[in-house]
Formats: sequence, structure tokens, C-alpha cells
Amino acid sequence: MSNSSTAIHNKTLSELRGMLDDKQISAQELAQHFIQRIRTHDSTLNCFVSVTEDLALLAAQQADEQIAAGQAGLMTGVPLAHKDIFCTKGVKTSCGSRMLDTFIAPYNATVVERLHQAGTVMLGKLNMDEFAMGSTSESSYYGATKNPWDMQAVPGGSSGGSAAAIAAGLTPIATGTDTGGSIRQPAAYCGITGLKPTYGRVSRFGMVAYASSLDQGGPMARSAEDCALLLNVMAGFDARDSTSSEQASEDYSAQLNIDLTGLKIGLPREYFGSGLDAGVAQAIDEAITEFQKLGAEVREVSLPNSELAIPAYYVIAPAEASSNLSRFDGVRFGHRCDAPKDLTDLYERSRAEGFGDEVKRRIMIGTYALSSGYYDAYYLKAQRVRRLIANDFQRVLSEVDVIMGPVTPSVAPNLGESFKDPVAMYLSDIYTVPVNLAGLPAISIPVGFAHNRPVGLQVIGNAFAESKLLNIAHRFQQVTDWHRQIPDAFK
Amino acid sequence: MSITPNEVMKIAHLARMSVDHDDVERYAQDLSGILNLVEHMNQVDVRGIEPMAHPLDMCQRLRADVVTEFNQRDTLQAHAPAVENGLFLVPKVIE
Repeated sequence: MSNSSTAIHNKTLSELRGMLDDKQISAQELAQHFIQRIRTHDSTLNCFVSVTEDLALLAAQQADEQIAAGQAGLMTGVPLAHKDIFCTKGVKTSCGSRMLDTFIAPYNATVVERLHQAGTVMLGKLNMDEFAMGSTSESSYYGATKNPWDMQAVPGGSSGGSAAAIAAGLTPIATGTDTGGSIRQPAAYCGITGLKPTYGRVSRFGMVAYASSLDQGGPMARSAEDCALLLNVMAGFDARDSTSSEQASEDYSAQLNIDLTGLKIGLPREYFGSGLDAGVAQAIDEAITEFQKLGAEVREVSLPNSELAIPAYYVIAPAEASSNLSRFDGVRFGHRCDAPKDLTDLYERSRAEGFGDEVKRRIMIGTYALSSGYYDAYYLKAQRVRRLIANDFQRVLSEVDVIMGPVTPSVAPNLGESFKDPVAMYLSDIYTVPVNLAGLPAISIPVGFAHNRPVGLQVIGNAFAESKLLNIAHRFQQVTDWHRQIPDAFK
Repeated sequence: MSITPNEVMKIAHLARMSVDHDDVERYAQDLSGILNLVEHMNQVDVRGIEPMAHPLDMCQRLRADVVTEFNQRDTLQAHAPAVENGLFLVPKVIE
């Protein structure tokens, strides 16, 4: 598809690369274009916690020098924004929390450092659910982000700022993190592409920890092709992350065009049950038909323990969170209450004032599950259930190449709806959470609309099958144009 | 499973996080709701299943016992709420 007429903010990375290399636009002009887009649109969308204009223009100037010297890499001069969970040296890293409202990170996360070294231009830091706990991006201390497709709708979460900013053309690509669906679900709700890599594929160093055995950073962009370019820089072994995989990373762009003839797709019957919205189901069915036209074979499979994933997740994730978030004590960094009368008062009030409601709920659930007398009944049991869920995937993925299904049971809900009942919000992550428990990679790609809001298809693969997932998504995006749809207000 | 307001206070104290008196009842309801969800795990018999602590069942990697960090005390203490002479200040612990 030729796109010489599309606006700059709707171009793909390869189109932007061509323009930069041919001197049709400078990196500084490109950065200014996006900064201007942010200035115009973000007062209503609220995607950004911080806009780093000065740093962006400086990085863009350096990129222009490299381009002029013929030393440009694939990402030199490409604008991006980071979820505000990644530490950025000298720039506020809030994690969407009052607790870190004044925290200026003293170092870069590995992901940030790699992308900086690759010559990208950081536009700013993106809004998110507080400490990545939420499915709507409404729990942020900085207020809710809106969905560019419908200002009454949530963008999803927790990487809602990332997804909304890409959908609105405020940044071409962004980083996100996914503990229970936080890349895939907002990608689905905002009609963009988002990949949650295999656990351990992308370094967690400098990424504020929520649930350490589940957290994984990944790329978000309009297309699979752009996600591959971003993952190429993000992925790889990092000695500073003790759970980083030593398996070599790949050129994720190399296999995008492999033919899908004979691809075996499993459709888990548990992902197409009564809880699935009919409009979402229809869009998913049409996408599956498209894959059949591309030569794939489809068969029904079963992941019988799927419905146990949310219960197990809401023990494991809060347990790990209660431990990770114990570091916020009002002593070394982060919020501190005024005039503490003793040490206990310092801890208790600093944490009560610094954390929002959802974070407090999860800390308390985790504390309870790990407390004396309950450990076996909750935490150990959840870890056994986790094994069952991982075994289900392992069995099915030995019979088929990938698993496909919806990302979410319905389209994006309205703002404010999810506050009323936390448990109802948790259940909306039913198709994404099992993947985190098993540590597998999965991609969300836009496949249409239901109720005038975007629908995402999820493709789940074996550990370290990122290239295959990107290949499958790319082939689909070559014969469809859902990923090229742009909300009217942001064209 | 339901959590009583008293239990909320106990859990909050274990987590060193004070809860306003007016919020205790609401947290009791919310936490009870979450535990009811969690208890769906009990539908399945997991006796004999090995607990899975980590998705890749990997071992903790070891490294050579050499110095890798340099002194960044001033940088790291720059964000501390209260420091003096390189020390973090807290309210008096021992009378």
C-alpha cells in the first residue's frame, strides 16, 4: 500500500525512516510535529504524564547529526514515548502514583537505555494505572486517559496512555508492560498492535516491579512490522535482570513475510463461551476466516483450567506486589507524610497517603494471602493452579502452532463503569491473564469494530515464538487495513 | 470467605498502611469479594501438583564475586525525603 499522502503522524516506521534518510524531514522537525500534536490533543486525551520537549529536541539534533554523517541506524531519529513505569534518568518516573510524584529516576531502565543508544527521540512519559494495577487507566494519580475512538470510553490498562497515544497519532510507537494483559488489552481497546513477549525476553531492570514473576515489557505500535522493529531494540539478555533469558534474541523483522500455508491454529472453546460479546465474536470469526484464506488450518482445542486463571492471578500478583511495594516506606525515596510522630506512623501514613485505592486493595490481599496460617491455602495453592494452566498451554501448543481468540470479552467499557465493582473489572482479563501465568508470548492485533469500538484478536505462541507471532500478524495486516484505521478526530 | 472490619485493620497494620475509619467497611466488602473470587481455585484438586513459582522454571543465575557497583550515595540520596551527613533520617526509634 502506498501512503505518500498520509499525514506524518500516521506513517509507519519504515516510511519515517525513508523520509529521514532522504532528508524530506529532519529528526528535529519530526519531533516538533509530534510535540505539537501532543500540545493540541493531550489536554483532552491525557495520555502523557510528562512531555520532555527539551530532551526530545536535543536527541533529535544528535540524530540529525548522525543522519548527516551517514551513521543512522534503523531507529535513529524515530520519536517514541515510554510508559511511566520505565525509569528515565533525570526525568520524573511516577508509575501513575502520588507515591512517586516527585521521583526523578537516577538511572535509565535497560529498555530506555537501549532505545536511547539506538538513536530514538523520547517525547515523554505515558499515563497508566497506578503501579500498573488496573484495566482502564483510571486509577492513575494524574487522572484517567481517554480512548481516541470514543471519548466516553476507557483506553484500557494498564498501558492505556501508550495505546491511546499511538491511536491518536501522538507518537508512532511506545513501550508498555504486561502483567495480566496490560499491553494486549489496551492495544485491543484502542485498535493498535501490542506484543507481550515471553517472560524474560525483555529486561525488567529499571521497570518498576508489580508482580515480578509475571511482569514483561513489550512493544506497542500501529502495525506488527513496527512492533518488530521496536522489539529488535528492546529484547535481549541483560545481566542486571536476574530473570533475563540468556537465549539469544532474533531479528524479529526477518521472518515477517513467511507464508502461512499449513499454519495450525487452535481455537480454545473456553475462549468462545457465553461471556463473549456477540459483536466481538463476529469480528474474531471474520479474522479467523481471513487466516483460513491465507492457508491456515483451524481446529478446536481446550484449555480446561482457563477459568481458574483469574482466581490464581489474584493471589499471585497481589502477593508479589505486597512484597515489591514494601520498599515504599517514606524513608529512602517517594512520598513521606508530614510530621510523623514515630517510625510506625511514618510508614503507615506515608503509604496510606501515597497509594490509591486499587493499589491498597491489592497490597492488603497479598499481605493476607502471605500471612501466617494462610500461605498454603492461598499462595501455594495458586502456584499449583498456575502449573495446571501452564500445562494446558504446553499440551495444546504441542498439537497446534498458535492459539487464537479474543483479547477481551467485550469492547472498551465507558469511563467510570469499572470503579463500582473491582471483581467485575478483574474478570474482563480472563483471556489475557492465563498467558502471563504460563510466561508465554502473545500479540493483540486490531480486527474490526463492535458497537463502534475496536476489537482485538489475540495470538498466543510457544515460549520465544515472537517471530512467528509477528509473522502471523504481519501477513494478516498485509491483506486487511484494520491497523490503518484512524479515529476521525485525530486524522 | 468474608473479611471482617477487624481483620482489615489487622491486615492494614501488617502492611504498615493506615486505613481511615470511614473506609474500613468498604475495604472489608472489597476484600471479601476478591477472596470469594479467589476461592474458585478450590474447585480443582491440586494434590501432587508441583507449585510453579516462575514461568520458565529457571535457576537463579550466579555471577563472579567482584565489585560491580560504584558509590552513588549522593545521587541516590538526592530523592530522599530527609537526609543528614549521608544518613537517612527517621523519627526517633529508641527513647
